[in-house]
Amino acid sequence: MAERSFAKEVKSLRLGAGAEFRGEGILAVTKALLQSGVAYVGGYQGAPISHLMDVLADAEDILSELGVHFEASASEATAAAMLAASINYPLRGAVTWKSTVGTNVASDALANLASAGVKGGALIILGEDYGEGASIMQERTHAFAMKSQMWLLDPRPHLPEIVRAVEQGFALSEASHTPVMLMLRIRACHVYGRFMAKDNRSPQFSVADALKAPSRDYGRIILPPSTYLQEREKIEQRFPAALRFITERQMNELSPGDVGDIGIVLQGGLYNNVLRALELLECADAFGTSRIPLYVLNVTYPLVPEEWVKFSAGKRAILVIEEGQPEFIEQGASQILRKHEVSAHLLGKGILPMNGEYTVDALRKGIGEFIERFSPGLRSGKAAVRSVKEVPLVSAERLAALIPMRPPGLCTGCPERPFFSAMKLLQREMGPLHISADIGCHSFATLPPFNMGNSIMGYGLGAAGASAFHTDGGQRAVAVMGDGGFWHNGLTSGIGNAVFNRHDDVTIIVDNNYAAATGGQDIPSSRAANPHRQGNNSIIDAVRGVGVKWVRHTRTYDMRATLKVLRDALTTDFRGPKVIVAEGECQLNRQRRVRPLMKRAIQEGKRVVRERFGVDPDTCSGDHSCIRLSGCPSLTIQKSSDPLRTDPVAYVDNSCVGCGVCGEVAHAAVLCPSFYRAELLYNPSRWDRLVARVRAIVIAALQRRGERRRLRYAL
Amino acid sequence: MIQRPIKLCIAALGGQGGGVLADWLVEIAEAEGYLVQATSVPGVAQRTGATIYYLEFFPSTEAEAAGHEPVMALMPVPGDVDCVVASELVEAGRAVQRGLVTPQVTTLIASSHRSYVISEKSALGQGMADDGEITTLLRAQAGRLVLFDMNAVAEEHHSVISSVLLGAICGSAVLPFRKEVFEAAIRKSGIAVATNLAAFAEACRRAERGEESSPAASTSVDIPRRARSPELQPLLDRLHRLPAASQALALEGLRRTIDYQDPEYAALYLARLERISSLDRGQSPAGSGDGELAQAVARWLALWMTFEDTIRVADLKTRPARFARVRKEIRAEAGQLFGITEFMKPRVVEIAGTLPAGVGEWVLRSPRISRWLGHWTGGKRIQTNTVFGFLCLHALGGLKRWRRGTLRFKEENGRIENWLTRIEQLAPAHYELAVELARAQRLIKGYGETHERGWRSFSSLLSHLDVLASRADGAAVLARLQEAALADEEGIALAKELTALNGVPCEAPEPAAGAGV
Repeated sequence: MAERSFAKEVKSLRLGAGAEFRGEGILAVTKALLQSGVAYVGGYQGAPISHLMDVLADAEDILSELGVHFEASASEATAAAMLAASINYPLRGAVTWKSTVGTNVASDALANLASAGVKGGALIILGEDYGEGASIMQERTHAFAMKSQMWLLDPRPHLPEIVRAVEQGFALSEASHTPVMLMLRIRACHVYGRFMAKDNRSPQFSVADALKAPSRDYGRIILPPSTYLQEREKIEQRFPAALRFITERQMNELSPGDVGDIGIVLQGGLYNNVLRALELLECADAFGTSRIPLYVLNVTYPLVPEEWVKFSAGKRAILVIEEGQPEFIEQGASQILRKHEVSAHLLGKGILPMNGEYTVDALRKGIGEFIERFSPGLRSGKAAVRSVKEVPLVSAERLAALIPMRPPGLCTGCPERPFFSAMKLLQREMGPLHISADIGCHSFATLPPFNMGNSIMGYGLGAAGASAFHTDGGQRAVAVMGDGGFWHNGLTSGIGNAVFNRHDDVTIIVDNNYAAATGGQDIPSSRAANPHRQGNNSIIDAVRGVGVKWVRHTRTYDMRATLKVLRDALTTDFRGPKVIVAEGECQLNRQRRVRPLMKRAIQEGKRVVRERFGVDPDTCSGDHSCIRLSGCPSLTIQKSSDPLRTDPVAYVDNSCVGCGVCGEVAHAAVLCPSFYRAELLYNPSRWDRLVARVRAIVIAALQRRGERRRLRYAL
Repeated sequence: MIQRPIKLCIAALGGQGGGVLADWLVEIAEAEGYLVQATSVPGVAQRTGATIYYLEFFPSTEAEAAGHEPVMALMPVPGDVDCVVASELVEAGRAVQRGLVTPQVTTLIASSHRSYVISEKSALGQGMADDGEITTLLRAQAGRLVLFDMNAVAEEHHSVISSVLLGAICGSAVLPFRKEVFEAAIRKSGIAVATNLAAFAEACRRAERGEESSPAASTSVDIPRRARSPELQPLLDRLHRLPAASQALALEGLRRTIDYQDPEYAALYLARLERISSLDRGQSPAGSGDGELAQAVARWLALWMTFEDTIRVADLKTRPARFARVRKEIRAEAGQLFGITEFMKPRVVEIAGTLPAGVGEWVLRSPRISRWLGHWTGGKRIQTNTVFGFLCLHALGGLKRWRRGTLRFKEENGRIENWLTRIEQLAPAHYELAVELARAQRLIKGYGETHERGWRSFSSLLSHLDVLASRADGAAVLARLQEAALADEEGIALAKELTALNGVPCEAPEPAAGAGV
């Protein structure tokens, strides 16, 4: 079950016509799907669209009432392939994932889908993970739209507009027989806003209807000669149909302004920030009325030449505001204007930054310069009115030295921590290893304090990323993969490949029972009962099934056993791939499960022992090797109360969940004796009390002499 | 009048409830007839990194009058944020770094507590960011500053920091919303309402007063004139004859060495310190302060002389004060029972170190005996609150009276004497280098491998003393070498510095085979 419950949000999915929906952008999309009569939905979780998947998973009841089929797809490729249902039937389907990583995975199916064309509306909702807060390489989804000729919507980050984009997206897809991508930037996914709801609609044509009367058209199969015909169809029919639809429905918006000779073209998704920049430049008011004409591209691919020509004709200069690179829109615009012999200057990248997120600050500077160069009269005499003083007052260098970075890390009590601690100790023993890392919580091991992992090639590709390192002699390469990545594709791309190619390296599958990094969603090997999914599928059986002979299981919290199994894998004479399943339940999920139970047991008067760790500050010498081996958020530092010691001492704060790693690390690493484990006893039995009394009496008696002595010699 | 939204930015840490705070603010704003837009950038920071929430508020009456909804931005703009709320001191500093705090516009509401980042925590010594300097920065940069330890207020009321932040926002009156509407939002959430309201109320009160916590004033130490025990009076008298600047440290040194061993041992400490101090008086050059060498030695000699052997650890672990401290730290309720389990892993060297010097050396020399003893090593879990566990540690701590005969004591004592001798030799001609040598003791700390690493680094510095003495900047170089020794565990930075110093490549100091103490 996912980290966050969406019980409340699910209720808002039931809102009918006339009611106001309030919530974040990605939930508005979910509601819009139901209002659009979607027949099936799939996808793969990942920021910033995880909540869409979570909410749908929590809304199975509503979905089944409406007759909507929902799947938590095995991967983005699975989700994209699911859209095949819209090729032959008038079924509306939607899938979602994190882009561009998910789009990369889905590309094969998407390209085939785009070539075949669709009968029912096919909508691909993409969380564009770009700019601040992104967790992936910085690329654009735009290129995928161009290469496969799918249409790309980039609506204004305003809930009614987002909802409209979903509804129009289906219609556009059906009108042009082309899948449509709807991209939402991180902040738009999380933006809180409101819109007037409509009634949910059951699909007019359902998957059951399709199965009752299967239909087939050879023209939709991806084999020649159909493929040649499909290419022609794209150009001769689908493309013009799309242009017609976009123009007729006025999907792109024009804001006339009162300054005739310049204009700004922008991606819809940047609208709010561009308007704020214009407002700060005193060229717009708070309500979106701009003095400079604006052409807002809610559809960023394809570009509509007639609209561009109309907007640009008679203007001295046009500024294209397009985030990310390469500057596809600018290139397209330049071709359109050239071919139509429109003489306006075309500006974009250059006056605006070549790369990186277009923050309001960057926009303000770029647009300011644009105005300065082409319409200096617009702001004359106004510059000083509300100019903002340069901030900060202190130099960037000094600030950088003063304010330490705060990289993310593994959570308190994370089961992956002891595993990486063991890896660190192992490398002390055996020297540095080549470690092929993967995507997941365990990616954080590439950051301090573990600093481990030489490359990350993509989700589930940890083992595949080590394929080249297969030689005789020397140290074996190590690959790390999460359980999420394993089921996503690692079983075949990594493990099966290693068996087939007779690799000799070591793959560790870190099994925390969930897709933890994306919010704790269930995966095929999840243990918890889930009425809608078939869990408990063994990773070990799967690994054996593809032919691995050397498989070991270890519990990560048992560091000694983990170290031993790692050492064995690296030194054994066995030739062939070695797989270790390192298991420990995600602590976030575990605590959510265990905490209420413990609380209830205590309230019910049951005898409960709660463990947590601590550090004795008077024996801690402030070297912090424990922290370098663990990095647990609850293991922190405090200023030493000892007037002689200058170094801060280790300290375990109250967020400790008593996972036991501190003790294991202290033992395994021969660290220091400062750690202790405290066992707090709730609702003790009479026997507990009696024993405690006896102990207290004996201990107090033994302590008395030392105390007397200390008192005598107190200075 | 130009209508503009009110802009508020929350800088929080993953898991601190920044989202809850943002939700409350949305609810409050809507109840007060405002249009509100809120967004966030959690990204990978959803785990333990920094997170940003951004909200804009606009009066709906004005929007209705205008006939349009306002267009609100999705991110804070430097120079255009009315209120920055930071749930931690460094995050407040980061908001300044991002340019979000402007003297002319911004009210900064921040908690003064620290949640240390990994680079601060994992440093081999002192790596904490400078709180004082960050506070000065905040004071200079904020138009108005509300700064106090909000984490402490939250804990005091068994609440969460988001309630305290909400109270501070309310009290600072940056938002035109009524207090009762704030309170209603907390009530409506239905979770821990009473404690959250109490924390809210206190924070609100403190923010209304414009509370700004000031750094704690340093307290001057009073050196006692009379000792409780006549045995100690001569020591105290001698202490008073030391240079004034080193007396406070020397007093701590005395306390520590008495606590560690006995008054006689403290007398040895004092005698050693006096040796150095006499050099100080004559040699301390202008500008180097009063008795800098004596101060350094007072501190580092005390720490070295009270090296953490197994006896010391057992002694400290069995004290009543320790039991009380654990009770407090784990937040046991009054009268609640709890157990304590220690994690010890004595190795052969530690066992040998606790034996009489001759026996210990024999044990270490004999591989057979070492191997046999090895069977008794390995991870031990001792339950200090049980009679048996306590007796074990108590007996070990009781070996104190024979400590002077142990192998470890003999070794440490020799090392200390050697160190002091080198300081004495250097002080007349190379005073500042001697001071740095005294400070270099900080490299030797910890247990097991940590201690061995520290000793290796220290030894390699010692072996370069002659080279350093031949250079005018010897002291500065030694200071740099110490920093390098504390830069990484593997000794890479130190090897690099030593290579630069010698002009020939130096390897990172390798652990000696069978490295012992």
